[in-house]
Amino acid sequence: MSGYINTLLFGIYPYIALVVLILGTAIRYDREQYGWRSGSSQLLRRRQLIWGSVLFHVGVLVIFFGHLVGLLTPIAIFDALGISHGAKQLLAIVAGGVAGVMAIIGASLLVHRRLFDARVRANSSTTDTLIIILLWIQLALGLMTIPISMQHLDGEEMVKFMSWAQGIFTFNFEASSYVAEVSFIFKAHLFLGLTILLLFPFTRLVHMLSVPLGFFWRPGYQVVRERNQRAQPTRLPAAE
Amino acid sequence: MKVRAQIGMVLNLDKCIGCHTCSVTCKNVWTNREGVEYAWFNNVETKPGIGYPKDWENQKRWNGGWVRRANGRIEPKQGAKWRILAKLFANPDLPEIDDYYEPFDFDYSHLQTAKESQTSPTARPRSQISGERMEKIEWGPNWEEILGGEFAKRSKDYNFEGVEKQIYGEFENTFMMYLPRLCEHCLNPTCVASCPSGAIYKREDDGIVLIDQDKCRGWRMCVSGCPYKKIYYNWSSGKSEKCVFCYPRIEAGQPTVCSETCVGRIRYLGVVLYDADRIAEAASAPNEQDLYEEQLKVFLDPNDPEVIAQAKKDGVPDAWLEAARKSPVWKMAMEWKVAFPLHPEYRTLPMVWYVPPLSPLQSAAEAGKIGLDGDMPDVRSLRIPVRYLANLLTGGKEAPVVSALERMLAMRTYMRAKTVDGVIDEAVAGKVGMSNEMIEEMYHVMAIANYEDRFVIPTSHREISEDAYDVRGSCGFTFGNGCSGEDTGTDLFGGKRTRTVQTPVGKLSEGV
Repeated sequence: MSGYINTLLFGIYPYIALVVLILGTAIRYDREQYGWRSGSSQLLRRRQLIWGSVLFHVGVLVIFFGHLVGLLTPIAIFDALGISHGAKQLLAIVAGGVAGVMAIIGASLLVHRRLFDARVRANSSTTDTLIIILLWIQLALGLMTIPISMQHLDGEEMVKFMSWAQGIFTFNFEASSYVAEVSFIFKAHLFLGLTILLLFPFTRLVHMLSVPLGFFWRPGYQVVRERNQRAQPTRLPAAE
Repeated sequence: MKVRAQIGMVLNLDKCIGCHTCSVTCKNVWTNREGVEYAWFNNVETKPGIGYPKDWENQKRWNGGWVRRANGRIEPKQGAKWRILAKLFANPDLPEIDDYYEPFDFDYSHLQTAKESQTSPTARPRSQISGERMEKIEWGPNWEEILGGEFAKRSKDYNFEGVEKQIYGEFENTFMMYLPRLCEHCLNPTCVASCPSGAIYKREDDGIVLIDQDKCRGWRMCVSGCPYKKIYYNWSSGKSEKCVFCYPRIEAGQPTVCSETCVGRIRYLGVVLYDADRIAEAASAPNEQDLYEEQLKVFLDPNDPEVIAQAKKDGVPDAWLEAARKSPVWKMAMEWKVAFPLHPEYRTLPMVWYVPPLSPLQSAAEAGKIGLDGDMPDVRSLRIPVRYLANLLTGGKEAPVVSALERMLAMRTYMRAKTVDGVIDEAVAGKVGMSNEMIEEMYHVMAIANYEDRFVIPTSHREISEDAYDVRGSCGFTFGNGCSGEDTGTDLFGGKRTRTVQTPVGKLSEGV
């Protein structure tokens, strides 16, 4: 029975979450441009936002790219570079820990503001409130894994997650077995992470896909929309 | 030379009576929706005062507009591109809604439902954001109406720079004027430059600056970029909105709603041709006091055959060139030089211009002691200090403002002599560098101000500006996502469904 649930949650559910993530985002981008925005509430209340938002975003960005690189880089590359599993794990604990603390302080400020500031609360949709609370819980779970990781510093546990994540993307149907024996905290962190991916298209999180890096390459500062340049009609010479 | 045409506006402040009709009609058409109750695409401020949002002219605080760097190039005052992107998470230069005002409505239904009581029932204010009771309303789009509030606070007005302002706090010496404000539809808009998404653009055919509501991601950098604070963040939709210069009306050859409904007939709309290649150079002038004159050099004479030839090459339609030759904006800005841009020192090259107001003479001049320069009073003895107007309209340069005020006084003197005394005074026009014909035409356009002289608007050429075939059978003006008219409040992705027609039924009675 536990094997069944384990396969469902960590073998099947990742694919469901990824499909919803990709299809949902594509459909929303195609159909709902007007609703695609960051949803800033800074205008309504500046208090707590400056610190909350900056700490949260910087922390989360470090964690996000840390997970991306840490989980999806093939293990062979680390071995080839001569980085031991233990050293990599230590790096992950320290960098992730610092960024995690930043992010959860920021998220706490943002959750407090969203729930208890009358203006912000009144202008929050259900998903706005839900997603920031889920992110807070996810950050808390992530930080709670640190003491567990400290108990086995050889990096073996970490390799299990790398194998699992890479197994998912390489369609290894045994992937879920790698994480069958890990601590409950890790499982909860994985499950919630997948759930956040699943909810992604239905929340304001989509704004991260619109990070305006193109701004750097936009020539000059001006944007002019030209008249519709219709093709000139072809002129046929009159018959001689 | 690259010729482009723009519909510009001139407001004759000498005739503004501060009735707010422009603001109210504009609000009824464009911003009576949730999220932009606090936004006034057009508002009328009483000067001197700090305005709406509070202290908007203080760019040391808000960092709007452009700055010229040591190497002679300009960049937005809030920073170069990397600095703007660094502010995405939290923008330190963004006003809070209290700097405008928290939108409110009154418990009107309480007047009908109140039980019998000793005192008569009142309708008290309630926030339109949170729905909570508001004990006190602190600010608004015309809070300093007719010099409301203490002089100590109003005199923080940025335009008092270089003016010995203490005496204007005394009742006998006080002065005031109205300043209707809307988006300037600048030639060099900082909002456009600041938008990381590239959602704000200037239309090539008529110069109107618009925000693409589908491309806007709500990074809110435009709000800080605009030194006039005329971009408003819609807190409900999460998108920025601004004055659209009533583009559907302009396209049809009609004046904007604010202009059409102006009871003082102070607003003028007309085509101005400009050289798009000269914008950067003009906006980068080293001396702020030269920016007004630099902008004049960007404008092109619609009677110049060379300009006409190039304009045709650049695709400006003939009807627009014809309109440019009759343009009241061109006449006031270029021929008579009585209209000026608002705060040219922001380097935005604004396209909504103002005729400075005349004001009563100080009592000393009236008593005949000083200030009569020949037959005409000295404009420096007018109540409103010339320096104050210069700080508002020419970056502090007084000579152009003095000349404009003199020409307006000359027009009065000349026409008074003609109509009251039956005398044509040949000397008057020459003194201010004009001819009798110019004064008569100026009188016709500025004083009589017939509808067809105020608004010379060519219709847009839909066939080149838009594929009109796609527009057939569409639902008119909506906010994104077609014309959804469904009843559910939110869509699958959490966004609010927009309806084309929204009637505020039942909202108030629920709130009591």
